[in-house]
Amino acid sequence: MILSRRWLNEFVDLSDVSDKRFNDEMTLSGSKVETVSREGAEIKNVVVGKILEMVRHENSDHMWVCQIDVGQDRPIQVVTGAQNQKVGDLVPVALPGAELPGGKKIESGALRGVRSDGMCCSFAELGMTEHDWPHSEANGLFVLNSDPDLMARGVRPGEEITQAIGFDDTVVEFEITPNRPDCLSVLGLAREAGATFGRALTLHRPEVKTCGGDIREHARIDIDDPALCPRYTARLVKNVKIAPSPLWMRERIRAAGMRPINNIVDITNYVMLEYGQPMHAFDFSCVDGGHIVVRTAKEGESIQTLDGKDHALTPAMLCICDEHKPVCVAGVMGGANSEIVGDTAMVLFESANFNGVSVRRTATALGMRTDASSRYEKGLDVQNTYKAVERACELVAQLGAGEVVDGVIDVFPNEPAPVTLPLEPEAVNSLLGTDIAADEMKRILASLDFGLESEGGATRIVVPSWRGDVRAMCDIAEEVARFHGYNSIPNTLTKGETTRGGFTAVQKFERALGAACRSLGYDEIITYSFISPSYYDKIRLPEDSPLRKSLKILNPLGEDTSIMRTTILPSLLEIVTRNYNYRNKAARLYELGKIYLPRADGLADEPRVLALGAYGDEIDFFRFKGAIEAILRAARISDVRFETCGDNPSYHPGRCARVFAGDTPLGVFGEIHPLVSALYGVETAVYAAELSFEALCGARGGKPEYRPLPKFPAATRDIAVVCAETVTVGALEDCIRRAAGGLLREVSLFDIYRGPGILPGRKSVAFSLVLRADDRSLTSEEADATMQRIVSALADGLDAHLR
Amino acid sequence: MREQLEAIRAAALSAMEGAANAEDLEALRVRYLGKKGDLTAVLKQMGKLSAEERPVVGQLANEIRAKLEAAIEKRAGELAAAALAVRLRAEAVDVTIPGEPRRLGRQHPMYQVLDEIKDIFIGMGFEVIEDREVELAEYNFTKLNVEEGHPAREWSDTFYFTEDSSILLRTQTSPMQIHAMESRPLPIRMIAPGRVYRKDEVDATHSPMFHQIEGMAIDKGITMADLKGTLNAVVKSLYGEDTVTRFRPHHFPFTEPSCEMDIQCYKCRGAGCPTCKGEGWIEVLGAGMIHPKVLEGCGIDSSVYSGWAFGFGLERLALGQYKISDLRLIFENDVRFLEQF
Repeated sequence: MILSRRWLNEFVDLSDVSDKRFNDEMTLSGSKVETVSREGAEIKNVVVGKILEMVRHENSDHMWVCQIDVGQDRPIQVVTGAQNQKVGDLVPVALPGAELPGGKKIESGALRGVRSDGMCCSFAELGMTEHDWPHSEANGLFVLNSDPDLMARGVRPGEEITQAIGFDDTVVEFEITPNRPDCLSVLGLAREAGATFGRALTLHRPEVKTCGGDIREHARIDIDDPALCPRYTARLVKNVKIAPSPLWMRERIRAAGMRPINNIVDITNYVMLEYGQPMHAFDFSCVDGGHIVVRTAKEGESIQTLDGKDHALTPAMLCICDEHKPVCVAGVMGGANSEIVGDTAMVLFESANFNGVSVRRTATALGMRTDASSRYEKGLDVQNTYKAVERACELVAQLGAGEVVDGVIDVFPNEPAPVTLPLEPEAVNSLLGTDIAADEMKRILASLDFGLESEGGATRIVVPSWRGDVRAMCDIAEEVARFHGYNSIPNTLTKGETTRGGFTAVQKFERALGAACRSLGYDEIITYSFISPSYYDKIRLPEDSPLRKSLKILNPLGEDTSIMRTTILPSLLEIVTRNYNYRNKAARLYELGKIYLPRADGLADEPRVLALGAYGDEIDFFRFKGAIEAILRAARISDVRFETCGDNPSYHPGRCARVFAGDTPLGVFGEIHPLVSALYGVETAVYAAELSFEALCGARGGKPEYRPLPKFPAATRDIAVVCAETVTVGALEDCIRRAAGGLLREVSLFDIYRGPGILPGRKSVAFSLVLRADDRSLTSEEADATMQRIVSALADGLDAHLR
Repeated sequence: MREQLEAIRAAALSAMEGAANAEDLEALRVRYLGKKGDLTAVLKQMGKLSAEERPVVGQLANEIRAKLEAAIEKRAGELAAAALAVRLRAEAVDVTIPGEPRRLGRQHPMYQVLDEIKDIFIGMGFEVIEDREVELAEYNFTKLNVEEGHPAREWSDTFYFTEDSSILLRTQTSPMQIHAMESRPLPIRMIAPGRVYRKDEVDATHSPMFHQIEGMAIDKGITMADLKGTLNAVVKSLYGEDTVTRFRPHHFPFTEPSCEMDIQCYKCRGAGCPTCKGEGWIEVLGAGMIHPKVLEGCGIDSSVYSGWAFGFGLERLALGQYKISDLRLIFENDVRFLEQF
């Protein structure tokens, strides 16, 4: 809502209140000021000039050399190429040093050898249009004396042009919250301003001069659908004389950000701006049968709206129709078939109330949000239609735009009763944490035109019809708080019962897991939860994979964000690919993100997955596995096992493992399948892991218990065995552990050798073993005996023999 | 004999002082003090001396031995110190050569901000809760007093999974208020961060997925003064003790009275500058007293209990805190971006 400060002053005089104070205090009472500007602010050093003399330029057949009185001691000389001026005319003169809209600067100079100390301007050069100055020539100088209203006001040479032509209003743009459509009007904001600054509101009661007759002899109105149109009020004007509006009206419409058109159209816009009630004017000769029917459109009906666009209508759209056809899309825009034109003789003013949701949906469906629809969509005051149509007709008479026929048609089937509430000062204070006196509350409410009725010792509040947002004590509390001042409410720390609060064990684990990933050099990423279905192809998910059953967004922004991911891998690979494409040499990434698995009830299971991804920096399977192992150790997960995973289509079949804690699967990791990497366009090995957060959490170790440090020395023995390629290191290790008995403390692999001395198909695997007893120094006989058992077990169990 | 001893002393001391290294010094020790050394050789002739002279010469010989041993020790110390100095000089490194790279990973800047906020509330006795993102319209809208027909419910604004608009991607973290009210014992003090989704095309300030954080306290006798006091304390923890705030009336369907909180622009201190778009204030969050309809809808007696709630967007906070100019950077996850934080 754009508000003219001058217009506002007509209802509550705030001419002594500075811009800053006005903006601050209005904002703090709930009408948030977005911007404030002064009309014509870009125009500097342009004054009114009176042409005293005009002679032809000696070197030009079209230029004039003018002597102009600009209110200085002597006239100045200005050369102009314009032809529409004559001696005695008043024109805008940009003096040397002047600035015009768009940053144009004017200096003294010579035009074809003749000195010119300024420039005479058109209204376009001042940033205005023929809508603002309908009486003046657009292609030439702005001759001020061509506008009768301007001359009546009085203009003198030397006067600042913006002041002389009234192009210096202060306009304030407000952000009005959707619960306050009453503030989408000068009156509504005036009421707020009056209450804010503690000043009286001067309301105006329209008085309509009529010419006799009766509207009912000409017009009939029926509402077919009172739910969509609770009220329709209309008056008729005859002997209409279409002409430009007077200057004062044009100025206010312009300041409010609209465009003056002609007197009848301007009156509808003026009343909308002033009262917040959108209006429409029909050329009544185009309303077949003089019969207005408010109904939803029929299948197949269409309308051309005032902007010249054709629209097909649907049965969901409310229309104003005559006996045969729609003549207006209700609350949105009028039809071209009943437009006010130069020879319109009879006008029907509509001032109606429409259902907000219906208007919004229609406007959205037709792609035309208008000044009217944006007001209607918030739900307007049903009591406002009558006052507004009266105001319009008052203006018709005042402007001499026509003769108002007696009578009002006001179809209002279900008038609602006024809403009343008890005033509960204690409840208000205990909600706000304040100690505001009941009388102060009453004063505030009265200043907002709430009614107050005494009822025994208590007070009943009558809520004004335009305050549909006030329905309960908490709403009254807000009204009181707004004008008591939100910033006058004390600041206290939340009282009440002490709560324990704190992070849960799972939340602490989540943090620890992140810290472990970072300590290993992995950066945290955040990826979108929705993906494209084609991403499943990119990770080679089989056609029949259950993971392809995703929740599908019915109205996505695009294919790329159309389904909820059931695997985090594609999101991770997107980011890996992006970093690769940015020529980042290496990346180590992790995310603790959700996947969304559809449930029978239509919602999703949303488990979390710890995803890791890495490429570059000599990453290989075992470096990556080392990171996974370190994370599992940080989580104190014991009994960790790895199994070959040759059947996950996203991973290299020979370089992929499933991880278990005991029998609980934790997830999968490995090198991304070269075909997948190729689909992403990454030409280097990429490693990824997908670990179930819930499984990690379930397997995590509790508080560790201290084990005494060894008091006795250990015996270290190395052993190298030759075995078949198919025997895994894991199997060898298991075998060693089982055979060793109680003395074995550590087994660590230190070499795998293939080559001369070892038969093809076999390999030599070397381990370092640490043996120790807790209660004595081991004898070499004991150590030898243990080693003997191990060697035998390896030979018998795995055909692995000492090298 | 006495002269012989004196001669040995003089020669040995001078040689020892001049010893160039540990080996030379050892050789001198052997030469003068060893079993076959000069001093021993002289002493072997003691038998030739008279009984009176013997103790005198013996004492002199012992004195000389002690002197020479002390001289050796002193010289050995000097030589060791010199050798150490040489070694240390040789071992010196160019300390400006970079260390071996050890790269620590970084937490995402937005989650750093989130953790900071969580810690502030945890310190005030709050809990952190999370909940589902695929949500019922009933929880995302209806129970939050957002009526049928409200613009936020339109398919142009909200992502839906069902034709009847009953299942959606939550558009705000506020449904977690409802879940908490329905499932937790009173009093409740909680914050609830999470991902939310709205149908906005990606640009420098919009993303179809973003994060909010919700806060709520419900108990007997909770007031708007409590809301203000708590939020002021939080903002001071986040932005510094000298942060100036103001509260403005605003509108949210699920709170009444409702407000927005601004902080005075930290750049211009309220004078107006490009950072605050000339307003002097920067909008930080929306809040209010939980609407009695919302409480009652969750089975909480609004004549006994009251509560406050707030919510704000995390992205904007993170962008402001780290002076990040474009929201897209947050979700791009370029490691050159991530490693800056």
